[in-house]
Amino acid sequence: MSITINVNGNKIEAKAGETVLNVLSDHGIKVPTLCHLKNMFPTGSCRMCVVEHKNTDKLITSCSAIVEEGMEILTHSPRVTEARKVIVELLLSNHPDDCLYCVRNGNCELQGLSQELCVTERRIQGRRNKLPIDTSSVSILRDPEKCILCGRCVRVCEEIMGVACIDISKRGSQSIVSTAFDKGLNTSSCVNCGQCIMVCPTGALTEQSHFAEIKEALSDPNKKVVIQYAPAISVSVAEEFGLEAGKDIAGIMNAALRKIGFDYVFDTSFAADLTIMEESSELIKRITENKNLPLITSCCPAWVKYAEEFVPELIPNISSCKSPQQMAGAIIKSYFADKVHIKKEDIYSVSIMPCTAKKFEGQREEMTNKGISDVDAVLTTREFVKFVKLFGINMHEMQGETADSPLGIRTSAGKLFGASGGVAEAAIRTAYHTLTGSELVKFKIPEIRGLKGQKETQLQIGDLKIGVAVVNGLANAKKLLDEIKAGRKDIHFIEIMACPGGCVGGGGQPINLDEQAVKDRIQSLYRIDDTESIKVSHKNPDVIILYNEFLGKPLGKKSHELLHTEYQKRDVII
Amino acid sequence: MNEQTKKILNKYLHADRDSLIPILQEIQESEGWLSESSLTEVGRHLNMPVSKVYGVATFYNQFRFQPQGKFHIQVCRGTACHVLGSATVLQEIQKALKIKVGETTKDGLFSLEIVACIGTCGLAPVININGNFHAGVTTESLSEIIESYKEKINI
Ligand code: SF4
Ligand code: SF4
Ligand code: SF4
Ligand code: FES
Repeated sequence: MSITINVNGNKIEAKAGETVLNVLSDHGIKVPTLCHLKNMFPTGSCRMCVVEHKNTDKLITSCSAIVEEGMEILTHSPRVTEARKVIVELLLSNHPDDCLYCVRNGNCELQGLSQELCVTERRIQGRRNKLPIDTSSVSILRDPEKCILCGRCVRVCEEIMGVACIDISKRGSQSIVSTAFDKGLNTSSCVNCGQCIMVCPTGALTEQSHFAEIKEALSDPNKKVVIQYAPAISVSVAEEFGLEAGKDIAGIMNAALRKIGFDYVFDTSFAADLTIMEESSELIKRITENKNLPLITSCCPAWVKYAEEFVPELIPNISSCKSPQQMAGAIIKSYFADKVHIKKEDIYSVSIMPCTAKKFEGQREEMTNKGISDVDAVLTTREFVKFVKLFGINMHEMQGETADSPLGIRTSAGKLFGASGGVAEAAIRTAYHTLTGSELVKFKIPEIRGLKGQKETQLQIGDLKIGVAVVNGLANAKKLLDEIKAGRKDIHFIEIMACPGGCVGGGGQPINLDEQAVKDRIQSLYRIDDTESIKVSHKNPDVIILYNEFLGKPLGKKSHELLHTEYQKRDVII
Repeated sequence: MNEQTKKILNKYLHADRDSLIPILQEIQESEGWLSESSLTEVGRHLNMPVSKVYGVATFYNQFRFQPQGKFHIQVCRGTACHVLGSATVLQEIQKALKIKVGETTKDGLFSLEIVACIGTCGLAPVININGNFHAGVTTESLSEIIESYKEKINI
């Protein structure tokens, strides 16, 4: 049903039941918000979004107020803007004044609001809480002094991730977002996904940086510094450099990274192809032996940690394959090191990931080979962008270059890993070939593409009927896994990615609350798949050579040693 | 799990989050404070993340997260006591014992709590230590009172 409301003197049609905020934004009227998160239930706690309700002469929070027939609203009256200004001033009253040193300088919502509302002096002096930064996590840094208690991280962690390792504790001026017993993220069930960082309006949340170590390695003449970048990266950063949004700039990145001083550059998508070789064989093996089904992917370290904590009974179902990052790392420090005659001790292996959990994965015990880490340092996409700027690289001037060889070729199947559904799609393409000896006629599996949180399809491959489920957002994963635990039997393969939309929406990506950006990146990956000729991992020429020269066959002895691992139940405070 | 806590939780067999506060109250009643392990058990029992249990529990002044000291000091913050300087009394105690409200001294001797009017307004400002009322507390008498309790230990 449609109703009419009056906004700033103009009549506006609105759908009954909508919030005032949604109606306003549909009509292009921008009201500032802080605690509000799109598509989530409003909490109405920050009051930033107040508007004047003329009928009652009150200020109401537009994010939680529902439109009513005949409502008269003023969105920018003097009373409203003054109220908003005071809210910002109160938030600033105990806020550190160190914007110049803050990671979010220039990209901070609090800064933006302060500017928008013309805050030019400190009128309200509040007492600063002296609180230590939580540095306990290898992925996430929390600085409670910069926290304005909007609660967005808390809600994302609970509602999207189903982790809920943080909450607002204490009260009044002592309130703080903390883990249970304030013991630090590393003792909690935090899965390092970084989605909290993505929604934080201020510099209170950021990634643990490996910047300094990498710079040091680059200036160490005894180190060969090797870098790989995840499938999602090259379609996620163009706009950061003023290039066309969503454009695949892999070639430009290769050139830029060499210019910065990296000795060898690889696209992790190559290792994604390798993962597919191993994982599709594993899938077929488990289906034929009818053991530990459904097989669940292991590419997402946030999911793996979630499993170790919340569903340890399903650990046997998780693929023993290391993630592409770790496979690439392991191959770089073995096969590749031998090829180019460098000692693996002299290799410093860096990766660029859309992900904060990869920092955690990189330092896991399980991801080392005789004491040497597969991957030494991980940069998020955000850090990578800073790195390029720091080294004064002009991306507009770069001529595209190819990745280093061997390991330089990837297929479009490997590239699909960046989007939710991509791993499953790539695995099925190769499993189909292994089982039937021929290639799929139609490679695309539309049922498991797109942003939806849970997707499913049933496929006929030769004599086998295979049920495939794809979930993104760990809260969605929980729902599906509950069904599996309750005895659901029609699903044989599950792809789980922690982040909404998959890694393109990862917690290490440029901070941008716009869902469109994620959609553009996904489209870009699909475009690559549509236009390129090698669409299946088993046809990657470099992968074929790698098996012939070094690994033997999928699930073979060498693979087992370098590319597979196992996990255990993890005790944390839940 | 500790027997007392088990008993309390057993009384709330099919409880949901609404029972959180009454459960916490009962545990504190029986143990004098809320330990990490009790809070974790409560979370498990109610199927609630411990971070949330902790968040709710720390919101309320009534809950303690350290065991009570040998001598538990209650400072009355009722109106009469307030008028006669209970704020200063509280401050002085915190300074002397180097603890805040809700905390316990490292040696486990003293713990501190504030309470609303305890109904002995004639004695204001009043503090209550293990059931003994100390009336008309001043900065000077306070240090004597504290000393006298410390001596009790030495005997
Ligand atoms: S990184 Fe993920 S799991 Fe950890 S606190 Fe943030 S949202 Fe929660
Ligand atoms: S850490 Fe950031 S997102 Fe979380 S409550 Fe504080 S300001 Fe909000
Ligand atoms: S979905 Fe991708 S970006 Fe997100 S935590 Fe998992 S691996 Fe990292
Ligand atoms: S955005 Fe509406 S109250 Fe916070």
